[in-house]
Amino acid sequence: MIHLTIPFTEEKIRALKVGDAVEISGPIFTGRDVVHKYLHEGGTLPSEVNLRDGIIYHCGPVVMKDPTGQWRVTAAGPTTSIREEPYQGQIIKDFGLRGVIGKGGMGDRTLEACKSAGCVYFHAVGGAAQVLAECITSVKSVHFLKEFGSPEAIWELTVERFPVVVTMDSHSQSLHREVLATSTAALAKSL
Amino acid sequence: MIELQSSLVELIRKTSAELPDDVHQAILKSLLNEKKGTIAESALKIIDRNIALAKQKSQPICQDTGSIIFYVSGPVLLDQISFETTARAAVTEATKKGFLRQNSVDSLTGVNDGTNVGPGSPAIHFHQHLAPTIEVRLILKGGGCENVGAQYSLPNEKLKANRDLDGCRKVILDAVLQAQGKGCGPGILGVCIGGDRATGYEFSKQQFLRKIDDRNPIPELDQLETDIVETSNRLGIGPMGFGGETTLLGAKICAANRLPASFFVSISYMCWAYRRQGVSLNPQGEINSWLY
Repeated sequence: MIHLTIPFTEEKIRALKVGDAVEISGPIFTGRDVVHKYLHEGGTLPSEVNLRDGIIYHCGPVVMKDPTGQWRVTAAGPTTSIREEPYQGQIIKDFGLRGVIGKGGMGDRTLEACKSAGCVYFHAVGGAAQVLAECITSVKSVHFLKEFGSPEAIWELTVERFPVVVTMDSHSQSLHREVLATSTAALAKSL
Repeated sequence: MIELQSSLVELIRKTSAELPDDVHQAILKSLLNEKKGTIAESALKIIDRNIALAKQKSQPICQDTGSIIFYVSGPVLLDQISFETTARAAVTEATKKGFLRQNSVDSLTGVNDGTNVGPGSPAIHFHQHLAPTIEVRLILKGGGCENVGAQYSLPNEKLKANRDLDGCRKVILDAVLQAQGKGCGPGILGVCIGGDRATGYEFSKQQFLRKIDDRNPIPELDQLETDIVETSNRLGIGPMGFGGETTLLGAKICAANRLPASFFVSISYMCWAYRRQGVSLNPQGEINSWLY
């Protein structure tokens, strides 16, 4: 198990290979469909949202306010990443992302951006909202809550030993492309 | 029916936080079949831990608490208008309590008012039966698995799928291939052969009311269900699409009559977080028993 702390260096990210199990600690930002479209169309971020050398997490968490008025994440697994394929490569390059956490994998344009910019795709276990919420130690801030709604807002979360697997690395390797190829060949034999 | 709202809130809570035992058993079985030390095995272990944690904390198994689909069977004189009003109030209350995410968005304005109530949400299907009891079943189906559902019109030249059971088999397996890990596998398929474009999908989803380990009383469909699961599990897609032994936990298939001109095969994909529960209610609306 590899343990990485945010902010990442390009060197540490380029050392990662498909299949590596990683635990991540530090501040991360959620961002999903609305955020990706907004940024791709030239939307700007408040200064507190610094994505450089950090991570965007494809996630729409369940967040409750506790009796003291503090936000508390009660469920927070990944959402399907492929919907962000039209936007992700550009956002990786424009904002200096070193990692994307999601599920289901992404396509060739994101893989190319991972290679050229020094970024990887981390796969979290889809549906594992409780195991992953346990790794979130605090909610530091929220942005665009009213405009985008709770699941689509940018939540700044502090995570501790958040478990993921590298499924797309910065050397043009993708587990998703590989499994698609082997399963397509296996199905052709079964018909 | 004074207790109906609190019973429906409890039904929503349990559905969101507790996986039915038949599904959990199927997941445990798939964990035993997975090769040790692989990322597929590790994913299934996280899934198993997640199931226990959600139940213990009474919090959503998955943060996408999904489309809210009620199936209500009641006596002839059941007041459906009042039932629907109460169900909407129960959904709003369950959302406030965090059993459901604020998960319903106005498709025109993009506004999420945080109630989970609006046109089409929740969906409620009423059926009459010749008994005094009211049975309410609930399925919560997340968007990731809903997005990998597919509807095929036969014949399909590209897949060499004709208007016969072999053609149905080909398109169902194609849907599994196209889904890869994007629907949060290992998954469960609900399939309808026939119907029109709307009823096909509707009946395919109703298949999720069946238990994973039941058998189809129609021999041809029973055989097809077994074949689809076995063949899918030879494709090596595996949990989360990581590669591995279990791609599907189950396949449930029904047939509906079609027009001579149409031959649809409608496939709904359910993620491993297969949230399905049901209650039988007494005349006051209190929970008499759980159905799964």
